[in-house]
Amino acid sequence: MDAPATYFHWGFILISLPNLVLILVMILLFVAALLLPLPGHRDRAASRGEGDDE
Amino acid sequence: MSEPSPSMAAEVPRDPREASADTSAPAIHTVTARETGWTAAIRDRLEHRLPLRELLPTRQPSYVGSWVYVFGVVTIAALVWVVLSGTVLALMGSAWWHISSLGRFFNSLHFWSVQMFFIFMVLHLWGMYWGAGWRDGRAKTWMVGVVIFLVSIVTAFTGYLVQQNFDSQWIAVNAKDAINSTGLGGFFNVLNFGQMYGLHVMLFPIGVTLLVVLHIVQVRGRGVVRPIGDPYRPEPRSGETEA
Repeated sequence: MDAPATYFHWGFILISLPNLVLILVMILLFVAALLLPLPGHRDRAASRGEGDDE
Repeated sequence: MSEPSPSMAAEVPRDPREASADTSAPAIHTVTARETGWTAAIRDRLEHRLPLRELLPTRQPSYVGSWVYVFGVVTIAALVWVVLSGTVLALMGSAWWHISSLGRFFNSLHFWSVQMFFIFMVLHLWGMYWGAGWRDGRAKTWMVGVVIFLVSIVTAFTGYLVQQNFDSQWIAVNAKDAINSTGLGGFFNVLNFGQMYGLHVMLFPIGVTLLVVLHIVQVRGRGVVRPIGDPYRPEPRSGETEA
């Protein structure tokens, strides 16, 4: 914790390893949220015979 | 305030007890005339725009069944933990959060719940940005969300300044030049611990919380925005029937 973080430097981009990892994890989380179904949602919608509205 | 019309005066008893005493007078529930005054105007507007059915819905449109719509709720949950842990820290003081193990635990709880708050707020922002969440009359909801994001950044900044450790001193000494370059240094002195602490534990948390409440009420007022490509049709309000 007391040691300085590793930094990456590409041209005008300067970013620490922790910040880079955090951004990548957030992107992965966002993509997963788009692709993965919400548990139980499809089952309930199918049992009601609904797919479009409340 | 203008005098009530003769018909109003006849229908509306000045005191409900008078109505019960005089059996010839109409009951207060039979009043049909529209009441005037700002109190009645605000009440009527709230009843029309925010009926309880809209504020506390039991069902949502099917498109809300997505993880993307969970990010906003998780952000609110993180904010609850931020406020709760911050309240304990404020009650116990800096010596407690630096020295005792329980104090360090609450200090870490406060810090990491703030990290969760920002992470999920940004994920919520991404979802609303690429989903164009400002559509169909929701521009004010979007703008309040932007203000929450900006105020939260300043709140977190003051939090870093009041840790009472070398890190906060380092941040304050560096930040003073940035703040002074904007001309705000005379009003927002990052080297003034009392000012930063007061802002961090009182003004900014109250502001963020009130804005979040307003944001939620705005979302409930118009409902969750439809996905892009879904044909827009105004949803009927309570008591109305869909054409």
